[in-house]
Amino acid sequence: MKSFTTHDGVALPLMTDNMNTDVIIPSREMKRVSKAGLADGLFANFRYADGKREPAPGFLLNQPDYAKASVLMLGRNAGCGSSREHAVWALADYGFRVVIAETIASIFHDNCVANGILPVALPRAALDRIAAWTSDDPQGRRVRTDLKTCRVEAAGAAYDFEIAPLARRMLLKGLSPIDLTLQDISLIETFSKTDRQCRGWLYRAGES
Amino acid sequence: MGLTLYQKMRDAHEVRRFKDGSSLIYIDRIMLHERTGSIALSNMIDEGRGIMAPEMVFSTIDHIVDTRPGRPGGTRMPGGQVFIDEMRRTTGELGLRLFGTDDARQGIVHVIAPEQGIALPGITMVCPDSHTCTLGGVGALAWGIGSTDCEHALATRTLRIASHRQMRIRLEGVRPGWLTAKDIIIHLICRFGAGFGAGHVIEFAGPVVEGMEVEERLTLCNMGVEFAAFTALVAPDRKTLDYVRGRAFAPRAEDVPEAEVQWMALASDADAVFDRDIAVDVSGIAPTVSWGTSPEHATPVDGLLPGEPGLEAAYRYVGLEPGTPILGQPIDGAFIGSCTNSRLSDLRRAADLLRGRMVPASVRAVCAPGSTAVKRAAEAEGLDAIFRDAGFEWHEAGCAFCFYAGGETFAPGARVVSSTNRNFEGRQGPGVRTHIASPETVAWSAVNGRISDVREVLL
Ligand code: SF4
Repeated sequence: MKSFTTHDGVALPLMTDNMNTDVIIPSREMKRVSKAGLADGLFANFRYADGKREPAPGFLLNQPDYAKASVLMLGRNAGCGSSREHAVWALADYGFRVVIAETIASIFHDNCVANGILPVALPRAALDRIAAWTSDDPQGRRVRTDLKTCRVEAAGAAYDFEIAPLARRMLLKGLSPIDLTLQDISLIETFSKTDRQCRGWLYRAGES
Repeated sequence: MGLTLYQKMRDAHEVRRFKDGSSLIYIDRIMLHERTGSIALSNMIDEGRGIMAPEMVFSTIDHIVDTRPGRPGGTRMPGGQVFIDEMRRTTGELGLRLFGTDDARQGIVHVIAPEQGIALPGITMVCPDSHTCTLGGVGALAWGIGSTDCEHALATRTLRIASHRQMRIRLEGVRPGWLTAKDIIIHLICRFGAGFGAGHVIEFAGPVVEGMEVEERLTLCNMGVEFAAFTALVAPDRKTLDYVRGRAFAPRAEDVPEAEVQWMALASDADAVFDRDIAVDVSGIAPTVSWGTSPEHATPVDGLLPGEPGLEAAYRYVGLEPGTPILGQPIDGAFIGSCTNSRLSDLRRAADLLRGRMVPASVRAVCAPGSTAVKRAAEAEGLDAIFRDAGFEWHEAGCAFCFYAGGETFAPGARVVSSTNRNFEGRQGPGVRTHIASPETVAWSAVNGRISDVREVLL
C-alpha cells in the first residue's frame, strides 16, 4: 500500500453533512469484482446527468477547476451508513488521498486508514476557512497535509489535527491491517505449531 | 470465577492479546461464496498475497446462481456472471477447493458447512457473509466478516476481534410439539428487540435447547445476527457429536475419541458470569410470523397487529393495518428455503403437511433445498414428489429466492410467507412483502392460500 507522509492536492469542498457511503458509491455501481475501476461509480447519482453517463455540469467534481482533486472536504458525520468498503475503494481509485471533515464515521474512518487515505477531523471554522480560500483558485490554492507533523497547511495558516498512533503508523509506513498482523507472523507460526500437537484431528481431518 | 463457553473458545484461539482488550484470534476454517469471496480472492491475487492455509479454505457458488430446475450453472442477475466466473478463476489459480454448481457438495454456504463437517465444535470459522453465526448450532465460534477482514483471515490465518460482552438465553418450560426453533427465535427478537444482542455473543442454553435436534439449533443461531449479536452459540453435547461424526471434513475415525473429549469440555462453567443472563419460558409461545419490515415486527399468528407509533412506514410497505389479525391474510407466494430452514429435517416437516394436499392456483409456491445433498436425499425419500404434487416448484440449491440480486423473485407487491430470515423492504424482490415463519407455517399457509395457524393440524 502507498505510504502517506505529506500530500499537496486540489481540494474538493463538497462540505456536505451526513454524506453516506451509498452516496459515495451507489450499490448498483458495486458490480466489479476488483477494488480497481470503481472510480467510475464514485458519486454516480450526482456526477452523471439523469441516468446517462454524461457529466452533470453542476457537480463540482466535473468542473475543470477541480480536475485531479485529491482532498475531499465534507461536513459532519462523513462516511456514515453502510459499512461498504467500496466507498473508500472508489475514492482511492479516483485518486483521493485525504478526507477532511468535521467528524468522520468510525467504520469509514478505519476503512480509509486500511486503504491509505488519511482521515482528518478539523473544527468547522477551520474547514469553512479552508473551503472559502481554496474555492477562489482551486488549482492554484492547494491544500497541504503533513502526517509527520499532523498539520494541514492552507489559507495561510496551519491547523493541527489528531490521529490515533496505530492509524498514523499504518499510514506512514504504508501498512495495511494485513501487513500489521504479519509483523506478528512468528507468534502465529508458533501458535500453529503448538496447535498441531494439541488438535492434530483438525489438521488431519478431510485428508483422504 | 468460571469461564463461559465463548471465553474458553476465544482463549483457546488467542495468538495475542492487545492493550485495548482485543485479541488476535487464530482462524481454523474459512468459507467463501461467489458474491463476496470472489472480490477477496481477486484482490489477494492483485496484491500478490499468499493464502496461509489453503487447505482450510472451502468455497461454493450459492448466492446468485440460478436455482431453476436443471440450471446450466449461470445466473439471472444482470452483470452477475462475472462473480461466478471470477470465483472459478481465482479458486483455480490459488488452488482452493470449490464446490461448484456441478458438485454434489454444492449448496448454501451455511448449510453445507455443517453438512460436510466443515463446521465443527470448538473451531473458529469465518465467512464474508452475515449469517455465518448459524454454525454456532454445532458449537463452532463462527461469525460474518467484511471484505478486508476476509483478506486478512486468508493472508494471516488470524483476525483481530474486540472483547465481546456475553449474554446467555436459557430456554425453559414445556415445548409443544408444533413449536419450532424458528418460532422461538422470531418470538425472542420480537420480544427483546432487533438490537438487543448488539456487542454480545449469545449462548443459547437450557433444557429446551438441550432437547433440540442439531438442525434446530442451527436455525436458532442463524438469526443471531438479526438480533444484532456478534454471533450465537450452543454448547456441543452428545447430539452434536453424533451429528458431526463421519462427515466428509470431520475428524478421521481414529481421531474421533480425542476430538470428542476436547469438545465435551466446551461448556460454560457453573459459576461463569454473563453480562446478561435471561430465562425464557417457551410454554406460552405461539406459532410466530413477522408482519413488517424488521424481524422484530412479529406477532403470534393468532394475535392482532400492534399499533405503536413509528411503525407507519412498515405498515405502508406491507399494506396491513394496526389492530387487525394477521391470521387469514391472503398470500400470493410461499417459499421454503434459505440457510435458516432448508435442511432435510425442515423439508420433511413441511412435506408432512403437504402430503395429499394442494396449493391453490393463486399461490406461487417454491422450494429450494439448502444444498445439492439435501435435494438428493429429499428426492431419494420421495419428498420432491410430495412438494410437486402439492403444487410447489422444486428448485436447485441456492440463495436466489432469499435475497434479491436481480434474478429470481416473486411479483412486485406479492405477499409471501417465507422460511427465510429477513423481511426487509425489497429483500426478496422489489415490493415483495415477506412474512418470515417456520417451514410448517409456510407449508400450511400455502395450502390454505392465507396465513394459517399450524395448530389446526399439528398437535
Ligand atoms: S440463504 Fe439468504 S440469508 Fe442465507 S446465506 Fe443465502 S442469501 Fe444469505
